[in-house]
Amino acid sequence: MTIAARTSEPAPPPAVVSLHQQQALRRPARVGSIVELVGNTPLVRLGRIDRRTPGVEIWAKCEFANPGGSVKDRAAYRIIADALARGDLRPGIRLIDSTSGNTGIAYSMVGAALGIPITLVMPSNVSNPRKQVTAAFGTELRFSDPMEGSDGAIVEARAIVDADPRRWYYPNQYANDSNWRAHYDGTAREILAQTDGRITHFVTGIGTSGTIMGTSRRLHEHDPGIRCIGLQPDDAMHGLEGLKHIPSSLVPPIYDESVLDDTIWLPTDEGWDMSDRLASDEGLFVGHSSGANVAGALRVAKELHGRGESGLVVTVLCDRGDRYFAPLQWEKHYVW
Amino acid sequence: MATVRIPTPLRKYTQGQEEVSIAAGSVRALIDALESSHPGIRERICDDKGAVRRFVNIFVGDEDIRFLDGLDTPVKDADEVSIVPAIAGGVG
Repeated sequence: MTIAARTSEPAPPPAVVSLHQQQALRRPARVGSIVELVGNTPLVRLGRIDRRTPGVEIWAKCEFANPGGSVKDRAAYRIIADALARGDLRPGIRLIDSTSGNTGIAYSMVGAALGIPITLVMPSNVSNPRKQVTAAFGTELRFSDPMEGSDGAIVEARAIVDADPRRWYYPNQYANDSNWRAHYDGTAREILAQTDGRITHFVTGIGTSGTIMGTSRRLHEHDPGIRCIGLQPDDAMHGLEGLKHIPSSLVPPIYDESVLDDTIWLPTDEGWDMSDRLASDEGLFVGHSSGANVAGALRVAKELHGRGESGLVVTVLCDRGDRYFAPLQWEKHYVW
Repeated sequence: MATVRIPTPLRKYTQGQEEVSIAAGSVRALIDALESSHPGIRERICDDKGAVRRFVNIFVGDEDIRFLDGLDTPVKDADEVSIVPAIAGGVG
C-alpha cells in the first residue's frame, strides 16, 4: 500500500481510476482455516473527515474486515491459541467468558473453526441478533441481569466457574495478557508498516484496553514520541457500546494508565454523529465505537492543525454498523 | 407509587438504591420528581432540550415509551418504570 502525499489542499476524490490496477496487483488470500484470516487488516484514509485539517492526515484500521467482523477476532484468536499451547484448553474443557457481543462472536467463530466448545455469559438486554449470531456457531448462551450491565456478566461468569472450576477455562479477557499481546504483535506492527513509520498519534477507545495497551506499547518502543491517546465515554451513563467509563467500572487488570500519553473524554452524541458521517461521507458504515474513535482522532487532528503542526493520526474502525441494527429501530418488543 | 428501576451507572444519584418509589402521572412528571429527589439525574437521562437521550431507553412495564406516548406516556401507581442504557456496555 502506498500512502498519499501530504497536501495542503482539500482531499481530492478517491482515485477510482487506479482501482482495477490495485486489484490486479493484490494477491488474494488462500488459507487452510478461517482463523488465518484474522489480522492484517487494511488501513484506509479518511480523506473527507480530515479535509479541514490540511497537513494532518487521519487513517483508520479496518478491523471490521476481520473474518468475525470485528477487532475482537485478534484477541480471541490469540487468547485461544495461547491457552491451547499452555494446555489450559484441552478435551473436556469449555471456554467460558463474559461478553456483550464482539468478543463472543470472535470466540464463537474461532471455537467453531478449531473445535473448541464455547459458553458465553451476557446481559439479557443484548440485542437478539447478537444472541443469534453466537448461537449459530454452536455456542451455549447464559444470561445475566440487564440492570447490572457488563459488570454483572463478569460476576455471573465467575460464579459459574467457581461452582465447578474443573469444567471451565475462563480466559477473562480483561486480565489476559494474550489480549493486549495480539495488538502488540499484530495491530501495531501493521500500522508501522502501513504508514511507513510516519504515524505521529494513535487514538482508540478503551473497552478491555487490549487494543490501546498492546498497540501503544509497541508504538512507544518504536518511537517514544508517538502520542498514544485512550478514549472513554464522558459519563457512566453512555451509549458507546464496547467502550468503558473506567472511573465507574471494574478496572481491567491489563489496563495501565501510565502507558497512555493522554485520555479523551467523549460525549456519546459526538461518537454517534461521527458514525453517521463516516457512512455518508466516507462510505464506511461502522458501529458507534468506531464513530467515537474517529471523533477522537478528529479532535487530535484539529488540535494539531490549530497549532500549525502536521501529523498522521491512526485510529480503529472496530466493527460494522449493521451489527447494531437492533433493537431500537427494528424491534418493538424487547426480550429481557 | 410507581417503582422506578435505576441502572448501575445512575445509582450514584440514588445513594446506591436499585429502585426508587415515585408518585407521578406521566413519565415526564416522574423524571421531574426524580430530579427533585435526586438532583443531577435528569441531565443523564434527558438532553438539554428535555428529550430522552438517544442512548437511553425508558420502559413502562415491558413497553418502550418511544412506542407509546414518549414522555407523555401515562404512569399508574402499580407500574414498574425501567431506565435502561441502550447498550450492555463495557467490552471492546
